Amino acid sequence: MTDTREPEKIPVTVLTGYLGAGKTTLLNRILSEKHGRRYAVVVNEFGEIGIDNELVVGADEEVFEMNNGCICCTVRGDLIRIIEGLMKRKGRFDAIIVETTGLADPAPVAQTFFVDEDVQKAARLDAVVTVADAKWLAARLRDAPEAKNQIAFADVIVINKTDLVTAAELREVEARIRAINPYASLHRTTKCGVALADVLERRAFDLDRILDIEPGFLSAEDHVHDHDHDHAEHHSGLKHYHDEDMQSVALRLEGDVDPAKFMPWINRITQEQGPNILRCKGIVAMKDDPKRFVFQGVHMMLDGDSQREWLPDEKRESKVVFIGRNLGEEDIRNGFLACAA
Amino acid sequence: MTEAQATSSLAQRVHAFDAGAHVVAASFLDEAPALALADGAVLIGEADDQTRLEAHPEAAILVAAADGKTVLTGGDDGRVVAIGPDRALRVIADEKGRWIDALAMRGSACAWSAGKQVSARDEAGSVRTWEAPSSVRGLAFQPKGYRLAATHYNGVSLWFPKVEGPPQTLEWKGAHLDATFSHDGRFLVSSMQENALHGWRLADSRNMRMTGYPGKTRSLSWSHDGAWLATSGADAAVVWPFKDRDGPMGKAPQECGVREARVTRVAFHPRALVVAIGYSDGLVLLCRLADAAEILVRRSGGGPVSALAWNSSGSRLLIGLESGEAGLLNLPG
Repeated sequence: MTDTREPEKIPVTVLTGYLGAGKTTLLNRILSEKHGRRYAVVVNEFGEIGIDNELVVGADEEVFEMNNGCICCTVRGDLIRIIEGLMKRKGRFDAIIVETTGLADPAPVAQTFFVDEDVQKAARLDAVVTVADAKWLAARLRDAPEAKNQIAFADVIVINKTDLVTAAELREVEARIRAINPYASLHRTTKCGVALADVLERRAFDLDRILDIEPGFLSAEDHVHDHDHDHAEHHSGLKHYHDEDMQSVALRLEGDVDPAKFMPWINRITQEQGPNILRCKGIVAMKDDPKRFVFQGVHMMLDGDSQREWLPDEKRESKVVFIGRNLGEEDIRNGFLACAA
Repeated sequence: MTEAQATSSLAQRVHAFDAGAHVVAASFLDEAPALALADGAVLIGEADDQTRLEAHPEAAILVAAADGKTVLTGGDDGRVVAIGPDRALRVIADEKGRWIDALAMRGSACAWSAGKQVSARDEAGSVRTWEAPSSVRGLAFQPKGYRLAATHYNGVSLWFPKVEGPPQTLEWKGAHLDATFSHDGRFLVSSMQENALHGWRLADSRNMRMTGYPGKTRSLSWSHDGAWLATSGADAAVVWPFKDRDGPMGKAPQECGVREARVTRVAFHPRALVVAIGYSDGLVLLCRLADAAEILVRRSGGGPVSALAWNSSGSRLLIGLESGEAGLLNLPG
C-alpha cells in the first residue's frame, strides 16, 4: 500500500454568535437541508438540536493556555480531544461544525488549528461564521466585548432577524459591522435563511484562497488610503462609523518588499501587538521572488507560504490587513512602508 | 534500510493480516492476539481463527487497556466493556453516550473517565466517582494501594477512591495527557500538550521536566526491570533512565532507532532490554538498549503504527496500524 498524496483534511466550520442571535437555528438548518453531506457536530448544550441522526458531541469549552511563554496562545483542550476521537470515526462524516457558546471568544478555537499538530494533520479550519441579531447587535457591540470579538473574527456574518428592524436600522447595523470588520461576507436573513454554500466550504483560512478576499481587501484599502479619518465617508451607500476600540488597518505598498526587512517586521508586529491583533492576512511581493508570498495569522500565530507565481499582467504589489483592538496604526503603517525593497 | 539489512530482518517472520479498521490498541488475551478497533469491535484469535466481538456496536473504541487476562475498552457510546479469556462481553459501565476518554486497570479493579468525571470500580464492583477540575485525558493506578492518578489541566491529581476528602494535586502548568507510574511507585510521569513529559518524585513532589520532543508523546512503556521508560514523540524512541534515586534528573535520555520518521508507538520487551518501535510511516523495528542494534520487523508503508504489544513471554509481537493493517511477529524459538 502506498500513500502518494495527503489525505483530504476534514473541514471545520466554527459557528459563533451572541446569545439569542440564532446559532442553533442556523445549525438546524444546515443539518436538515438535503445536501448529502454528513456532519459531526460539536455543541455545548445537548437537546437544542432538532436532528437526531447526526453525530453530536458534547463539548466543555475548556480554554487552555499553552505553556510556551506566549500569553495570548490559548487553545480549546476539549476540541483537541474531540477531534482525536472523531478521527476514529473517519469515513462516517464529511465535515465538522463547532458551535461555541454565546460568550465565547473564537480565537482559542482558531488557534487550536495553528498549534496542535494532530489537529492540523486531521482537520482544517474552514471559516468562522458569526450569526448577529439585527435588532440587538448594536447594543451588544456597546456592552459585550465578546460580541465585538465574534464580529471582528468572522469570515462570514449572517445578519439574522432582519424582519424585526427597519431598512434604516439594518443599514445602521451593517455600518457598525463594517466599522469593525470590512472583509467578512455579509448575508441578511430571517430565520438564518442563508444559502449553505455561503457559510460552508468557504476555505477562508486557506492560504491558496487569500486571493479571494481581494474585492473586500481593495475597497477597504482604498478607504483607508483615501479617506483616512474621514468619518463622514459613505461606503457602498453605507454610513461609515469608526468603532472606538476595534479597527482594521489595511495597507498597500506598490512594488516589491525586502524579505530581510519584512519577515522581522511581521514577526515583531505580531509579537508586540499580538494580544490586540485578532486576525491578519496579506499577499506580499518579495524582491527577486517570482512567487507570491501569502500569510495569515491569529493573535501571535502566523502561517505563511510561498504561493503561485505572479502573473505577467499582474501588478506586483503587497497588501496587508490587520483587524484588532486599539491597534498602533501609525507604527504598523510606518513599519510596513519601511519594508519597501 | 538497505536491502542487505532487510534480508537479515525479521520481516519474513511477520504474518500480515487486515484488521479491517483503525487499530486503537493491541494486546494478548490469554496468549491470543487481540486488537481493539475503531469500528467498535475487538478482533481476537490467531489469523486463521479470528473472532470479531462487537464490544461497542455502531460506535467507536476510543481507548483500551489490557493485562493479559482482560481487555478493557471504552467507547464513544459511553460504555466500558471488559472481555475475559472466555471471550464474553461484560458491560462495566454505561455513561449514557458520554465519551470514555481514559481507562486504567489493575487486577480486577478498573477506572475510567468521561469529561471531568472519574470513576473507579474496586474488585468487589463498588464504584466511586470524583469530579476533576477539568477533563481527564489519562488515568493510572499506583502500583501499591487503591490510588488513582488522573491527568488534567495544570496538573495530576492522586485520588484514593475509598477515602473521603479532596485528592492530592501535583501542580504543573499546562495540559497533561497520559500518566504512568514507575514499577516501584516512586515516580509519576505525565505526557503533555506542550510536547514534553513531566515527572514527579512522589516522596517529595520534586518536579522533573523532560523536554525536547518535536511532537506529543502518546506512547509510554517501562522496561521489565522498571529502570527505563521508552517514549514516542521524536524521530527516535527516547528512553529515560529511572534506576537511580533521582530518576532522570540531570541525565540525558538514550535514543533508539533514529530515523527520519516520527515514533508513534513503543513497547518494551517483557524480559529483555529491547524495545519495539513503531513509526509514522508504518515501519517497526526492535532496538537493543545496550548497543542500539536494530532489527527490522516491518517495512514502511500503510501509515502510522497505532498499536504494539508483546505477549507475556516476549515470543510474539502484535502490530496494528491506523490504516487497519496488522501483523504478528513470531520470534525464532
